Amino acid sequence: MIFLDNLINGLSLGSIYAIIALGYTMVYGIAKMLNFAHGDVIMVGAYIAFCGLQYWGLPPVMAILVAMAVCTVLGVTIEGLAYRPLRQAASLAVLITAIGMSYLLQNLALMIWGANPKSFPRTFINSSILRVGELSISSATIITILANIVIMVALTLFTSKTKMGKAMRCVSEDRGAAELMGINVNRTISLTFAIGSALAAIAGVLLCSSYPILQPTTGSMPGIKAFTAAVFGGIGSIPGAMLGGVLLGVIEIFGKAYISTELGDAIVFAVLIVVLLVKPAGLLGKPVREKV
Amino acid sequence: MKKLFAVLMAAVMLMSCTAVLAEGEAVTLKIAHIGPTTGAAALYGLATLHGAEVAVEEVNAAGGKYKIELINEDDEHNVEKVINAYNAALDAGAQMILGTTTSKPCEAAGAQGYVDRVFFLTPSASSTAVTEDKDNVYQICFSDPNQGAASAQYIAEHKLGTKIAVIYNNADVYSTGIRDTFVEKGKELGLEIVSETTFTDETTDFTVQVADAQNKGAEIVFLPMYYTPASMILQTAAAKEYKPIFFGVDGMDGILSVEGFDTSLAEGVMLLTPFVATSADEKVANFVSKYKAAYNEVPIQFAADAYDGIYILVEAAEKAGITAEMEAEEVCDLMIAAMQEITVDGITGSMTWDATGAVTKTPMAATIVNGEYVFE
Repeated sequence: MIFLDNLINGLSLGSIYAIIALGYTMVYGIAKMLNFAHGDVIMVGAYIAFCGLQYWGLPPVMAILVAMAVCTVLGVTIEGLAYRPLRQAASLAVLITAIGMSYLLQNLALMIWGANPKSFPRTFINSSILRVGELSISSATIITILANIVIMVALTLFTSKTKMGKAMRCVSEDRGAAELMGINVNRTISLTFAIGSALAAIAGVLLCSSYPILQPTTGSMPGIKAFTAAVFGGIGSIPGAMLGGVLLGVIEIFGKAYISTELGDAIVFAVLIVVLLVKPAGLLGKPVREKV
Repeated sequence: MKKLFAVLMAAVMLMSCTAVLAEGEAVTLKIAHIGPTTGAAALYGLATLHGAEVAVEEVNAAGGKYKIELINEDDEHNVEKVINAYNAALDAGAQMILGTTTSKPCEAAGAQGYVDRVFFLTPSASSTAVTEDKDNVYQICFSDPNQGAASAQYIAEHKLGTKIAVIYNNADVYSTGIRDTFVEKGKELGLEIVSETTFTDETTDFTVQVADAQNKGAEIVFLPMYYTPASMILQTAAAKEYKPIFFGVDGMDGILSVEGFDTSLAEGVMLLTPFVATSADEKVANFVSKYKAAYNEVPIQFAADAYDGIYILVEAAEKAGITAEMEAEEVCDLMIAAMQEITVDGITGSMTWDATGAVTKTPMAATIVNGEYVFE
């Protein structure tokens, strides 16, 4: 019973990591950059949804849609202003810019919403409890896991079936060749950021529905964990991010429950190191051979 | 006519006599309040200042042995500025200090006072470093770790339950300090700690900690932490339909004012606190109504501590026989000796002190009922 309880908690936490990891992995796969500001876009999404629910009196679904819209605009703006001018620059410069952007977003949030933590309001997402035998499962857990599955299926279909999705895969494979084939690389990358940021808003709402404290640093630790999940599963791979996220969540909860609450995070990162030693490209990553 | 004149003269003489007598008896005590009355921590400094002012007015109106002259200096909750404030207070003739309000500045000023021999009574600085290695600093509030022992004592005395879970932040001295004294005192009093789990500042997921407490059948979950993680633990427990008694310490104060927090989750939560403004106690009600009349707001615990502080200083001064002529240096050692002998019944409890400067008082706990703190 305790085992099942922990497993469900792990799946729920892992599903949140997975949705965040999708944002990292898509951007990495297509733009070949690590967008460290992604975790903070999640935080912004959660704050916008909080404002929608708490100040503007929007129904939950509207609040989520508004948050998604704002995050989409934010993501595309960040890409256009901060990353696009650096498209030809060294990858280190882009990485530093992303970290700077992360701090900028955190401090802007600090200015706008203040340092006092806010508690995310209860919505339909986390207001009811499902009883199965002795288990009590929060509706937030179920909705998170379902949302995770829906998003993964939708994204897989999008990248394999639609024209824009195919363009994305082309840019991912060979940016130069894609450009020669008439694919608008900048637009494709913008679209990637738009999708990633909209997902970030959903992740933000789900994150804060399960763990309701909202402050300017809310996105940073889940962001780092999700990045780890993306690397774990094989960065650049959509199913990999999913698998990595879910596994990471389950390992974290089991580590805490059966080994030590103090070492929970250490166990997560130790597993990552072991996996990368055995499979450097991650669980589902394709090893890329550099041709000379 | 002559007779009347004589009677009048006698009356006048008598009156002037009593006037002279009264003047001769009322000793002026110069007390300096030091606290952050501006800046980010002004909320606390103003509370202690206002609390002290209410008490000073009462003492002066009562016409006892002492008349108090209150000097106020602002330290802006800054470890450098507090030294300036301290020097300014001594220059103004302060004989003893009620302060400082916040821990870090109090450590700095108290250390300087130790060298200069100046007596400090802090209403609200609660870190152990405030009194450590100094004989001149006394506290009115519990020191941080002592809240753990006080909580265990309260739980045992009021028989709230015997199976206890402790969840604490092992990356934070405040939390671990309280946990240590709680576990130690709890063992002594026969409380059984069935589950002990930890978290860190980055932790957002408390499912494991809550599940462990639940599965081991804890009736009380002790939460030595600030209200932010506590609010997440409450929500996690609600999702698991786990309803033990949650028992917190002063860091829990503020949970009701978290924006967006569903206060129904905090219903029944208990916290160790010496002061609740809504208390029916006569002395408390008197203080609250005077405070409200003067400053148009409800006093917080800091104000109550400082209010008691003035009475403690007066009582100790009386015991020590402090006179208006004495310098701070002379006052210091007399006050230190007197503090260890007196017992003061204040609005935050009945207090005694030992040579460490730490206070001993009966722990009190409030329960959250309908979104308000209530004493049982």
